[in-house]
Amino acid sequence: MEDIGLWGVPLAILAGAIRVSTPFIFVSLGEAITERSGRINLGLEGTLVFGAMTAYGVAVMTLSPWLGVLAAMAAGAVFGLVHGWICKFPKVNDIAIGIAMMQFGLGLAFFLGKPFIQPSAPKLPSIPFGGWSDVPQVQAALNINVLFLIGAALAVFLWWAFRNTRIGLILRVVGDSSDAARAMGLNPDTVRLLATAVGGALAAIGGAYLSLFYPGSWNEGISSGQGLMAVALVIFARWNPIGCFLAAMLFGGAGALGPALQSVGVTQGYYLFYAAPYVLTLAILIATSSPTRSLAGAPGALSITK
Amino acid sequence: MTMLVGNIPPFKTVPAVGIETVGMTMRFGAFTALDNVSIKVPAGTFHALLGENGAGKSTLVKCIMGFYHQTAGQLQVDDREVAVASPRDAAALGLGMVYQHFTLVPSLTGAENLVINRTDVPAVINWAKERQALAAFMETMPFTIPLDRPVSELAAGEKQKLEIVKQLYLGRRFLVLDEPTSVLTPAEADEMLGLVRGMTERGELTVLMISHKFHEVTKFADAVSVLRRGKLTGTGLVSDLSTADMAAMMIGDVKLAELDTRLPVSDGARAVLSVSKVRAPDRTGLKMIDIENLVVRSGEIVGIAGISGNGQKELAEVLAGQRAAETGEVTVKGRAYGATRPETRANNVRFIPEEPLANACAPRMTVTENLAFRTFDVAKGGKEAIWLDGRGMKKRASSLIDDFKVKTASPASPIAALSGGNVQRAVLARELTGDVDLLIVSNPCFGLDFSAVAEIRARIMKARNAGAAVLLMSEDLDELMEMSDRIMVMSEGKLVYETPAREADISVIGAHMAGHH
Repeated sequence: MEDIGLWGVPLAILAGAIRVSTPFIFVSLGEAITERSGRINLGLEGTLVFGAMTAYGVAVMTLSPWLGVLAAMAAGAVFGLVHGWICKFPKVNDIAIGIAMMQFGLGLAFFLGKPFIQPSAPKLPSIPFGGWSDVPQVQAALNINVLFLIGAALAVFLWWAFRNTRIGLILRVVGDSSDAARAMGLNPDTVRLLATAVGGALAAIGGAYLSLFYPGSWNEGISSGQGLMAVALVIFARWNPIGCFLAAMLFGGAGALGPALQSVGVTQGYYLFYAAPYVLTLAILIATSSPTRSLAGAPGALSITK
Repeated sequence: MTMLVGNIPPFKTVPAVGIETVGMTMRFGAFTALDNVSIKVPAGTFHALLGENGAGKSTLVKCIMGFYHQTAGQLQVDDREVAVASPRDAAALGLGMVYQHFTLVPSLTGAENLVINRTDVPAVINWAKERQALAAFMETMPFTIPLDRPVSELAAGEKQKLEIVKQLYLGRRFLVLDEPTSVLTPAEADEMLGLVRGMTERGELTVLMISHKFHEVTKFADAVSVLRRGKLTGTGLVSDLSTADMAAMMIGDVKLAELDTRLPVSDGARAVLSVSKVRAPDRTGLKMIDIENLVVRSGEIVGIAGISGNGQKELAEVLAGQRAAETGEVTVKGRAYGATRPETRANNVRFIPEEPLANACAPRMTVTENLAFRTFDVAKGGKEAIWLDGRGMKKRASSLIDDFKVKTASPASPIAALSGGNVQRAVLARELTGDVDLLIVSNPCFGLDFSAVAEIRARIMKARNAGAAVLLMSEDLDELMEMSDRIMVMSEGKLVYETPAREADISVIGAHMAGHH
């Protein structure tokens, strides 16, 4: 392998940003839709892992990774529907239900996923954009998975749709003011139910990416908390889909810092750099918050802003 | 007429809609909220509906709008009997309602708010086309409102106008305005009602306005109907009725609390509150409030006038310790004051903020507990209490509830279950009991009815005469003129004008409020 020296670090960060960010992109976009409707679904970690298991299992059985992704979406939507359905009852707290659903999803995935730890599933395809370069690291970095591209397009589409489509506006109305929504004849519970279902389906795609591409296997440690971090990313991105995409990239890139430094021979303290994404998130959240101003862009009907 | 709000019809092509209720009666179980009420509002008129809280005004309009189904009686629209089963039916008949609280979605722009309320919003909105159509529609409106800004950035007056515009945009030509000026300044209110009045005169609109402000009714309405305890107690042309006639129809023979005679402020009265060179950021963090010098002496009421959003709220927050000042000094009785609980207690500082349910109560705690917020942590000898004195709290609560006529189902009800006036009374009861040396009050009578207003003002005057220094912030100029010894005007975060209340000229105050100084 050709040695490209310190250039390996930024390259690894870029590659990491693209490779690691995809689950974050899908989970945070899904959560952005749910939260824009005025509800928080903290259970997406469970949905993500269950989606990973479902996708892997279906791909093993049908030999089609795409059928696996579809099955994961369906499973994720069901998780979302359950969350949304429970939350429509009065005096039910969406955060508590989310935590319960997370544990339920994890447990169920581990239970049903036992037989799929051994067999190997077909992987999702990726497109080699690095053919122009002779450097294998560049080629590896630019071997981009289709789901990443779909996620990027989805972020732009959602950003556009929140402004320019009927459904987008309805979602924002419901998220900002349940009263106003009722006054115009919308049923906030129904809108939130559907938004949570769509959010669950997207989060499950993130899970499918984990088990069918990177790392590309199914086991109980497949998620390192992506589902939870993505919820934080949504707040960090101020509920803006494009912000979610950028935040996910930033987070993925920071996550690649540790391994990248290790690979160029930094032997001491690189474990500290594994904490980089979390330190970065904390730093940015502190830097962009203010004790005297309320959070700009927060949906008014969200239970944390009420 | 079935007006599916498909294509928004050009505004002037649709005439105003007139309505009439005949023997409208509404019973909830054994309680008769509305008893045989017949009123007629011909097309193109401005009709006022007067009445105290609980007189049945909202019940009547909710029957008209299809939220309630009347027990007996009927509704006629343009002289034809109609059945209105739901607000949707009412909308199809061209009947619309503007609520007391805003129903606009704060984070959406004006244009988005208008478009999304239509029934035929296309799946993908062509904003270029919509903007053009909206611009053409706004040409026919007497109001100018920025439609490209999020509603949360609009002033209260602009929001209220946008609510009305929304109804007209949706093709409604009979509008119920539910206390439309309660959040507006006098100037905003006059402007808005004047424009609406103009539309009724041109036959473009019919208005039924719920109000308890007589000057609005006499200035803008053609005719008035008065409700008391669910019954129609009088109706007629405004030109034939005096304010006293209307008041008599409205409250019957109830005697209103009278203000104590104002005791003169002695020259040697000591300064209780003094604020000097205080600067603090406002809510947005973009502007500052800057109070050069403000002194309130014992036994006087200093009124602060101003259009909402000019820093009054921030000033109140600084004084209450809810907002840190960047520089400057607040002293109470000559000592630095940081609004801590011991300082507040030692100096007998009491605080009645606006929206007391949100700012001075724990909504889900009981009335008894809320009434004990000033005292629960003090034991008999003045030491800090460890155990709550449950029996003492209950006893004290029931005596305060009696004294201040707080209407509550039980002292153990959550305070959020009380009506606005009763929450205000409960907070007053808590804050005005015991020694009061400094009282800071914001908009104490906002949205309350006559008898509650008269009583609350009487209580504040009594505290003043007992030697309390009172800082009264209000958006109601009449209230300031009636209550204050001195009036100051706040504009863009600064105190820009001061005058003794005796010599105050409303037009000069108004000019300073509007920023002409």
